[in-house]
Amino acid sequence: MERVTTLAAAVRVPLTTERRHVAAVTFAALGLINILVFGLLAHAGDAGFALSESGLGIKIPIIRVAAGPACYVLGAVCLGLAALRATVPFSQRGKRIAIAVALLCFLLALLCWADAGAIPLNVIIIIQGTWVASIPLILGALSGCLCERSGVINIAIEGQLLFGAFSAAIVASAFGGVWAGLVAGSLTGGLVGLLLAVFAITFLMDQIILGVVLNVLALGMTDYFFDRLMSTNPNYNTGNTFAALKIPGLAQIPVIGPIFFDSNVFLYITYVAIIVIQIAMFHSRWGLRVRAVGEHPTAADTVGIPVLWTRYRNVILGGLIAGIGGAFLTVGSVGSFSPDMSSGFGYIALAALIFGRWTPLGSLAAALLFGFSLELALVLPTVNPVLPAPIMNMAPYVATIIAVAGLVGKVRAPKADGQPYVKA
Amino acid sequence: MSDIPVAGPDPVPAGPDPAAATVGAAEPGQPSEAPGPARSRGRLAGAVLIQAITQGSSAVVTILAIFLALVVGGILIVFSDPVVSRAWSSFFAAPGYALGQTWDSVSFAYSQMFEGAILNPSTISAAAHGGSIAAIFEPLSSTCAQATPLILTGLSVAIAFRAGLFNIGAAGQWVGGAVVATWLGFGVSLPVVIHVIVCVVGAFIGGAVIGWFVGVLKARTGAHEVIVTIMLNYVMYDLLSYLLSHPAMLQQPGQTNQIAPFPESSANLGHVGGPPPQVGVGFLIAVAAALAVAWLLSRTTTGFQFRTVGASPSAARTAGINVERSWILVMLLAGGLAGLSAATVILGTNTQLTFNSYGTYGPDGITVALLGRAKPIGVVLAGLLFGALHVGGTYVEAATLGQVPADIVQVLEGLIVLFVAAPALIRAVFRLRSTAGTGMEAVAKGWNG
Repeated sequence: MERVTTLAAAVRVPLTTERRHVAAVTFAALGLINILVFGLLAHAGDAGFALSESGLGIKIPIIRVAAGPACYVLGAVCLGLAALRATVPFSQRGKRIAIAVALLCFLLALLCWADAGAIPLNVIIIIQGTWVASIPLILGALSGCLCERSGVINIAIEGQLLFGAFSAAIVASAFGGVWAGLVAGSLTGGLVGLLLAVFAITFLMDQIILGVVLNVLALGMTDYFFDRLMSTNPNYNTGNTFAALKIPGLAQIPVIGPIFFDSNVFLYITYVAIIVIQIAMFHSRWGLRVRAVGEHPTAADTVGIPVLWTRYRNVILGGLIAGIGGAFLTVGSVGSFSPDMSSGFGYIALAALIFGRWTPLGSLAAALLFGFSLELALVLPTVNPVLPAPIMNMAPYVATIIAVAGLVGKVRAPKADGQPYVKA
Repeated sequence: MSDIPVAGPDPVPAGPDPAAATVGAAEPGQPSEAPGPARSRGRLAGAVLIQAITQGSSAVVTILAIFLALVVGGILIVFSDPVVSRAWSSFFAAPGYALGQTWDSVSFAYSQMFEGAILNPSTISAAAHGGSIAAIFEPLSSTCAQATPLILTGLSVAIAFRAGLFNIGAAGQWVGGAVVATWLGFGVSLPVVIHVIVCVVGAFIGGAVIGWFVGVLKARTGAHEVIVTIMLNYVMYDLLSYLLSHPAMLQQPGQTNQIAPFPESSANLGHVGGPPPQVGVGFLIAVAAALAVAWLLSRTTTGFQFRTVGASPSAARTAGINVERSWILVMLLAGGLAGLSAATVILGTNTQLTFNSYGTYGPDGITVALLGRAKPIGVVLAGLLFGALHVGGTYVEAATLGQVPADIVQVLEGLIVLFVAAPALIRAVFRLRSTAGTGMEAVAKGWNG
């Protein structure tokens, strides 16, 4: 009997009991940073936030707040959350809302501190920039969602983005059509997805290794072809981009319009992809079957769901979507391709997927958080030269570590994620 | 996976194999010979060697994988050669010409690669006619030099694999080691031998701290090491960029570029042997580290715990092993090995640390560890192969005036690992009988651990 108790004590996993305290400590730490760092060190003066694009119809007055006191208030909110989180049991939804509120307070305090006494920040432009940074992350995370919900780990998002970006640029340049580039980017992403599927599902290769290897291959191949084709012949890398597509009517709404309805086609594709995948995955028979394959393939097989076909289809579909995200990097934003231009976006998308608990909407929220941090790293050093750019560039990555370690902790992936299925 | 029938005499175990539960057994999976205290000492050296050479079918798979990778790489070379492309466009008019041009182009590229990395026959004939003997050994010496950091980052990834962790963070840990090595190298004045030892130990600690942090986050909060290591890589790159842009920190005074001063000469790792047949002390450190890791994994309680945790954390926990402690310790060691890799670059080749110094040591470490099947001796061999490819790639780019870019090497490396890791594909392509599995499966674990 005594032996059994010792065993039980050894087996007990300590993570769940500590989780409440880890989250509370993280909230408190964010609050203290808001107060002690941002609040006390803010310059005297107001932080300003402009809510309208310059030189356009309706003018909204610039919002001004006193920077220091605003940081104190935001910090107090975080500390209050920490106290609540440590004492009161939260529901799942409550926990997520608490995380969102704490992170929002932290970011707002950061903005107040950075902008104190400086020229007003244009919120519209920052949010538009956030979309630009987030679109490849969102589409990459959706690709991961499709793959991993069906039980195939997709580390190759990075390679899908990079290859998609490359082929979109070269096709758009050679055939003079951005739409051709978009399609080519998507198809190339799908091709990487097909490779992933063949090796993971048919040849039973370890999926994490496979993903890393595909990324190495994508980097090597695009570098090689960049050297051989693009750098010798600029006609293959002309840098065509999509023009902005304003949605008539909706784009005229103040604040909302410029943020949501004044962008190129990629943003609208992203909306559709998020909504369709969220609904299909959780509110359709198709999604139920996909999730069954990802959780318990043997059971799914027993009731007649074709496990391998479901996985093949989802992995290739995911590749097609990530390929669109890759195409966005070239024909959707900067135009021309440069080596290693995905620069880790695929890995951040993977983090967004996990942070978002393998759901499209969760991934969207996480991807927007990272995109916002990336945008801030670009904008803030221009507003406030005291901020060293390299330290600001760390923000999205540090935010991810804090999010994953402090707030999310041990996640639960689909049960059969990463395990090849071999029919008994 | 495990229900695939395995008929071969030596199914190489998937990574760690606690089922071969005797801690002292040389390596799991060896065909059991008559065990006895008298023979066990002799088996230590022999077993490691046999381990590397044998694994019957898996060695064959590796060679075929390299061959297949070279074939696919050849297609790329052909594609980028305008003469050959034109010959192919009139293939039906003159098929012999097209094939001949293809063979010339590909064989020239690969023979140049071999001459640059291993042995150039013309240097032998030159030496026979009174030229320098040193020139014969120059390619091999530079291959060893290139292999050194790859072996160490490969070991870093491999040791983590054995405990079931995927260390994508060798690059960040490399930066941690490089920063400490550089700072100790130029910022501190110490007597000759002591200085270099302090720098190397410092680099180990610099990398180990980063790795330790990952292990602690994993153990205390459950944060997945794949995400944390990737994010830490970017954090470390930015930190490096910050440190290198302030003269008060690491920037060389009077510079506007992001570059650190040279380490003092007393901090340099020298080399053994005269001009050309020579190996750097860094290479000896790498080999010693490989032996140490092999010893740790196969001969110590700690190593046994690592392998058990790698095979099944829950089983290890039930058996009373402190899983969290193993995670922290193995990440600390992995980080330290990546830090050592930085030391061999900064101190071994007397390099100024720049923003791009970390190069591709981290990702290459992953491919080296995979090709070496996460076994220390395998990692050394894989590191040598990739070192040779790197040297050969640079050589072939110069020899073909940029027509075959050195990037081809990265493609070849990726293909080799892809094929090695998918033995089923190799067997299908070459119509081999399905016999044994290889040691590649299940070295890495999914998100649920």
